[in-house]
Amino acid sequence: MNAFRFLRIAAAIALLGLLLAPIYWMVVSSLTPEARLFQAPPLVPRAITLEHYRALFGERQFLVPIRNSLVVAALTTLLAVPVAALCAYAIARLEFPGRGLLLALILSVSMFPQISIVPPLYLVLRTLGLLDTYPGLVLPYVTFSAPLAVWLLTGFFRQLPRDLEEAAMLDGASRVRALRDVVLPLAAPGVATAAILTFLYCWNEFLFALSFTLGPDRQTVPVAVTLFRGRYQVPWGQVLAATVVATIPVAVFVAAFQRRIVAGLTSGASKG
Amino acid sequence: MPLLVAPALAFILAGSLLPIAATAWEALHGHDLRLPWLGRPFIGLDNFVEAAGDSRFRAAFVHTVAFAAVTVPVELGLGLGLALIMQTATRGRSAVRLAALLPWAVPTVVAALVVRFMFDGQTGVVTAMFRSLGLIGPAFDWLVHPLGAWVPIGVADVWKTAPFVAILLLAGLQTIDPALHEAASIDGAGPGRRFLTITMPLLTPTLVVAAAFRALDALRLFDVVYVITAGGPGTATEPLSLYAFIALMQRLRFGYGSALSVTVFLLTFGFALVWVRTLGRSLVGERA
Repeated sequence: MNAFRFLRIAAAIALLGLLLAPIYWMVVSSLTPEARLFQAPPLVPRAITLEHYRALFGERQFLVPIRNSLVVAALTTLLAVPVAALCAYAIARLEFPGRGLLLALILSVSMFPQISIVPPLYLVLRTLGLLDTYPGLVLPYVTFSAPLAVWLLTGFFRQLPRDLEEAAMLDGASRVRALRDVVLPLAAPGVATAAILTFLYCWNEFLFALSFTLGPDRQTVPVAVTLFRGRYQVPWGQVLAATVVATIPVAVFVAAFQRRIVAGLTSGASKG
Repeated sequence: MPLLVAPALAFILAGSLLPIAATAWEALHGHDLRLPWLGRPFIGLDNFVEAAGDSRFRAAFVHTVAFAAVTVPVELGLGLGLALIMQTATRGRSAVRLAALLPWAVPTVVAALVVRFMFDGQTGVVTAMFRSLGLIGPAFDWLVHPLGAWVPIGVADVWKTAPFVAILLLAGLQTIDPALHEAASIDGAGPGRRFLTITMPLLTPTLVVAAAFRALDALRLFDVVYVITAGGPGTATEPLSLYAFIALMQRLRFGYGSALSVTVFLLTFGFALVWVRTLGRSLVGERA
């Protein structure tokens, strides 16, 4: 092993350590008794406790925001992915005027700063009585996650061979039927990727959830964790336990689907 | 236009294009939800005039632009380094990819909370490290120092997004034909020369796209600051999105808050326009 190679491996390990250090620290601290959190912390825990997790699901009722996040994320994914799939299929397969413009519009919408649409959405949701409800979050979430899904699925549909659906349509299937029975099964990996990215978007979203919920009943996980308050100071043990809980589904998704997620993330960038 | 795009178009119209127009319209009105008896009179550009004279707004504007100008190059640099390491990793490639994806996927709020805990004035592990190295005094608290408070904000942002940049750049690196590197090294070019004359020029399009993604994201900075400093100490770390949020949701000044929101939109839109005009064209020129 020469010196250059050794340096490269050392750099790789150091970088890996830096990337994972905050996550390690979060997990370790969430298992540390409250009293010890305020002393000079040892790198390897000496005493382990589940007291923070018990308090989290007991007095903090953290299952409520988890339920809210899951419901909102599931509803958004169920709505946004089919809508996006129809649109992406049309862009990928049909010739129509304004197609390029539509794709540009969709891409630019996903870049909108969220704050710039908060005021009218708040006023409209308030008038309709939809503040602090699931639909009040699902509507803006679909708007912001569908463009990304359209972008991703357009790329996937373009890669699929046209012959099969054309054969199905020659045999008398309508375009919608060809899409449902022939294209979608073939595009299942792409659809799954779009669903995963949509779900992660909803699980992480903060500004809309902060603006359009009013109390603990409908708060999602990011809002609930941020607004944790103790009697005198931040209850760090419980906050960190909550961040661990919020990270678990994300970590599971990433570990299970890392290849697909990377393919999905990079499909937009490499096509410029 | 085919019927298939109608649902998506309806969502985009109802969920973002109409609201943007409504925000711009609201910005031209005096509208305070705490003073409903004043109604909602049309006041032209008065809200924008007020913003121009508002030192808190001007400071927030500077914070937003400066944050993007500092963090985006750092993220591109670190992301490029990470991408080069990921590319050469022969063993443990999937472990490295997982380690890069995790910070990207973790909720921003979680990343911010963990960094805030690590930079806590009394209990933070990073604070303790800096203290034992003698870099900061025993009473130093990041969140009380107007410039120091930016450090955890920047760290949280870089930690969360540099790996994402690396994933984008790695995809760009993998499209470079290895034969180019082989030919160059046969001709006697060392790794440094090959990086400058082969890797960098061919990676530029991907770098431009990654920089645009990151800058657009940095210009709407909100979550990390809300969690770590809430804009403090005072308003020393307050970006535009947060000031607009406070004007809207805490002071309930919807007219003025909408005007502030419009400036965030104009800032990102203007940046995107300039970026596409200048670099988009030069890229097309290079490719042609």
